[in-house]
Amino acid sequence: MAIDAATVRKVARLARIAEPEERIEALAQELNGIMTWIEQLAEVDTDGVEPLTSVVHAGLPLRDDVVTMGGDAELVTSNAPKSANGFFVVPKVVE
Amino acid sequence: MTSLTSLTLKGALDGLDAGAFTSVELTKAHIEAVEAARGLNAFLVETPEQALSMAAASDARRALGAARPLDGVPLGIKDLFCTQGVPTTAASKILKPFVPHYESTVTSRLWRDGAVMLGKLNLDEFAMGSSNETSAYGPVVNPWRKAGSNQALTPGGSSGGSAAAVAADLCLGATATDTGGSIRQPASFTGTVGIKPTYGRCSRWGTVAFASSLDQAGPIAKTVEDAAILLTSMSGHDPKDSTSLDVPVPDFAAFVGRSVRGLRIGVPEEYRVDGMPAEIQKLWDDGVAWLKDAGCEIVEISLPHTKYALPAYYIVAPAEASSNLARYDGMRYGLRAEGSNLTEVYENTRAQGFGDEVKRRILIGTYVLSAGYYDAYYLKALKVRRRIAEDFDNAWEKVDAILTPTAPSAAFGLGENSNDPIAMYLNDVFTVTTNLAGLPGLSLPAGLDASGLPLGLQIIGKPLDEGTVFSVAGAIEKAAGFKARADKWW
Repeated sequence: MAIDAATVRKVARLARIAEPEERIEALAQELNGIMTWIEQLAEVDTDGVEPLTSVVHAGLPLRDDVVTMGGDAELVTSNAPKSANGFFVVPKVVE
Repeated sequence: MTSLTSLTLKGALDGLDAGAFTSVELTKAHIEAVEAARGLNAFLVETPEQALSMAAASDARRALGAARPLDGVPLGIKDLFCTQGVPTTAASKILKPFVPHYESTVTSRLWRDGAVMLGKLNLDEFAMGSSNETSAYGPVVNPWRKAGSNQALTPGGSSGGSAAAVAADLCLGATATDTGGSIRQPASFTGTVGIKPTYGRCSRWGTVAFASSLDQAGPIAKTVEDAAILLTSMSGHDPKDSTSLDVPVPDFAAFVGRSVRGLRIGVPEEYRVDGMPAEIQKLWDDGVAWLKDAGCEIVEISLPHTKYALPAYYIVAPAEASSNLARYDGMRYGLRAEGSNLTEVYENTRAQGFGDEVKRRILIGTYVLSAGYYDAYYLKALKVRRRIAEDFDNAWEKVDAILTPTAPSAAFGLGENSNDPIAMYLNDVFTVTTNLAGLPGLSLPAGLDASGLPLGLQIIGKPLDEGTVFSVAGAIEKAAGFKARADKWW
């Protein structure tokens, strides 16, 4: 169950965070420390217990499937690092 | 104009009503206080021109006899709430720059009710921290110091800027958010009152998301009554947040000062943790005695899964955070770093934009949600979460509210706990249970420790029963007679 360097590299890649190689060992130790502390959850008897995903007991509300807002491309793109003519400008996605 | 900044929010509303001063005068006094207190690093953005124009509009309404519930009172806004046309950073470099073109529901309700915005308040980055030290813009300094010391103390976190600004009389109240204790622990560390309401009371729309099933907004204020007035304005159903509760909002201030005679108050044995300072135990005992004197019945209760709340939280919150923070990809807003391909752009952007604690939590969240670990960690934590909620359900059969300390210590020195994540996480040991169970929890100052620092007591209520929480808090506030203020050094 211990988190090793290979696991840290894999998780960092999944999370899309560049972690320099010299940080990997230290991160593995830090995360191990936290996960070891979390392991105490194994003591709790949870047989037959339903997972609690939301404390709001009501079901999710539905609304009519109609357009409520939109048509503001300039506003939506106003905070983009790069934009042009109401479009986001992004790095090449297809090689 | 010192006297105007030392008013309570209720006192200021009364003074405005009586014509003793105008909102412009009140607002100017606070703007000057904010400018003079930059050493506290409480404000990330000051908006004095906007404040004065809102104040002038408020005075005009009042002159027409059309004053609203919060008309003319200057507030600080935690920089996690999106504010139209005003930069919103979440104290992260990854949202630099970000200027929302919309207003969060909570802040729009405050403006609807006439409040005045002084600016945006510092916090832990994305509200992840208990000391304000994870802010990309440096920590807030607590206005309180130990007697005879000039050591810089933490105001707590994540709503450290909100708590410090209220404690230092820079604003009459502030918005804050609480995912594991981020309203109540800073309130305890700064001698202020803070309440996290029932999950779903305040809309999350337009508030930067950390852990969506736990995040709740609430106020930090100078008195219990002020907190009640602010919460009444901030609450209410919002169709834009699917977890917002469609229930009536009572006038919470009407509950402050009500008799608590006959209320059953639970004292949970599991909150007597190892190593808790004797002063905090004493304060808790004082709280019990005050409520007994006020006619409450004290009931020993058990919340057996308390010790598992923090470890469960450190699975649930990072898991939700890793998902929520996936949106910071450098494409639509905020920072974009260079890279030789798309993946590298993502990875470099997030490496440069996020601080260490945020990265740590994203990595933990990604790990516990990854293939092979989901059942062992994430699902297990959700089952433990239900056990914790059931503990409270059982308690409500015997009691009407629960009294506990807010935090296991008084404010500590900046830098003292920053190298040990778990030691820092333990700050939330008494507060995190209510986030997991969705319950209201309020912290109010009730005494000082031997070095002269404030200590808070927490009142936990049934779902949607903030009214009883305010009544009990009002009774303790009256009995404790807490009047101490931080000596002005800034």
